[in-house]
Amino acid sequence: MIQRNMQLDEQGRLRHFLSIEGLKRALLVEILDLAESFAGVTEQTVKKVPLLRGKTIVNLFFESSTRTRTTFELAAKRLSADVLNLNITASATAKGETLLDTLRNLEAMHCDMFVVRHAESGAAHFIAANVAPHVHVVNAGDGRHAHPTQAMLDMFTIRRVKGEFAPLTVAIVGDILHSRVARSQIHALTTLGVNEVRVIGPKTLIPTAVETLGVHVFHDLRAGLKGADVVIALRLQNERMQGALLPSEHEYFQLYGLTEDKLAAAKPDAIVMHPGPINRGVEIASSVADGPQSVILQQVTHGIAVRMAVMAMAMGTVPLGEGKAA
Amino acid sequence: MSHNYTVDKLLDNMAADLQQRLTARGVRDPLLIGIHSGGVWVAERLHGLLKLSEPLGKLDISFYRDDFTRIGLNPAVRPSQLPTTVDDRHIVLVDDVLYTGRTIRAALNEIFDYGRPASVLLAVLVDRGGRELPINADVVGTQMDLAPDEQVKLTGPVPLGLSVKRGG
Repeated sequence: MIQRNMQLDEQGRLRHFLSIEGLKRALLVEILDLAESFAGVTEQTVKKVPLLRGKTIVNLFFESSTRTRTTFELAAKRLSADVLNLNITASATAKGETLLDTLRNLEAMHCDMFVVRHAESGAAHFIAANVAPHVHVVNAGDGRHAHPTQAMLDMFTIRRVKGEFAPLTVAIVGDILHSRVARSQIHALTTLGVNEVRVIGPKTLIPTAVETLGVHVFHDLRAGLKGADVVIALRLQNERMQGALLPSEHEYFQLYGLTEDKLAAAKPDAIVMHPGPINRGVEIASSVADGPQSVILQQVTHGIAVRMAVMAMAMGTVPLGEGKAA
Repeated sequence: MSHNYTVDKLLDNMAADLQQRLTARGVRDPLLIGIHSGGVWVAERLHGLLKLSEPLGKLDISFYRDDFTRIGLNPAVRPSQLPTTVDDRHIVLVDDVLYTGRTIRAALNEIFDYGRPASVLLAVLVDRGGRELPINADVVGTQMDLAPDEQVKLTGPVPLGLSVKRGG
């Protein structure tokens, strides 16, 4: 049996979008270029293209989310697909139905794509491995593992403001340990060939051996921000923390909170990003989040075009008859 | 087997014909819209010949194609660029080759998602027959009677030329 990336079809086209890891630079650039075209759709009077007319996309959220689910829903609707939002925590699993049973039932309703968010790492891969050949899966965040569409909308935002990736130094600040966003960003940034990726945070919130991903580790915020072109603040994920990783939010803000004063260590034209939702006064000061260097709301807007691109690319790879391989 | 034709003469004739039709309709400020890629090249030339000042519109109809579920998305899709609103404008839609009519169907749908034009004229460099939809051009550079296995392709952007190939 030939081992290949399950995200890709026989021609190397995107079939599922589960993780940035293992995808080539050309494919990431294709997503960004396509998203650029979809961004233009919002300039139309009718903010819709008929590409996925008659297709059904299911937002399968096993973990709550507002921004991600909403932008996926908006993206699907702008592609003219029908969208079903399922909040699974509250329904089937509570009655004891297994994940596979839930999937089989949704497939029986002739759904074409699952957008999956789950608290367990690997959930989207598991689902992709078990769906019918005509069904596509997009990972909207699985545990600590990956959040590839968030990473791609961040790359889109960086490219729109900075142009080229090659000369950039990007600093990711905060709770790297629990962050699927950081993992996907690191893979995307290194694949797209930025000059340097730094992760900054207390020892308790930096995963061991993170250097093997090709990043430099800093425990001092100012030192890590020095000369950075892009500063990405991460949310402190209190809900995922087990045990005493931090003395207090107040002390965390003193040391790692992004303030105007600390941001001055980065380049004067550095941009500030945050995947949201932001904890004001914990990982970022309001004056920075709302300040002139912040592109946080642009990130949200770009999320729609990037998710349209990923969904259109995946849905465009239709197995033709013989694609029923086990 | 391949033939090459120069297209300068065809473009001159098209510009004259188009000008005549626009005058007859009382249209002074048409909005030219070319369909990527060949249609944009032809539209750029007509734009120059008609001495229009307003920039050209460019349409990529990939998101409006009717064969998405069969062949997927064109990987080289570019953003469509329409200079101003199309509401109440007299539009001249320009393409290189008119064949089945499906591209024009897609282009019309896309234009109407930008607004409601007052009128649309269709100008094509080559009408090769073989229509599958009730669509006809108002201005035609040249008619070609080609077999289904023959392909006519506009090469460019400088110089523009037409080549006819059998097969592929």
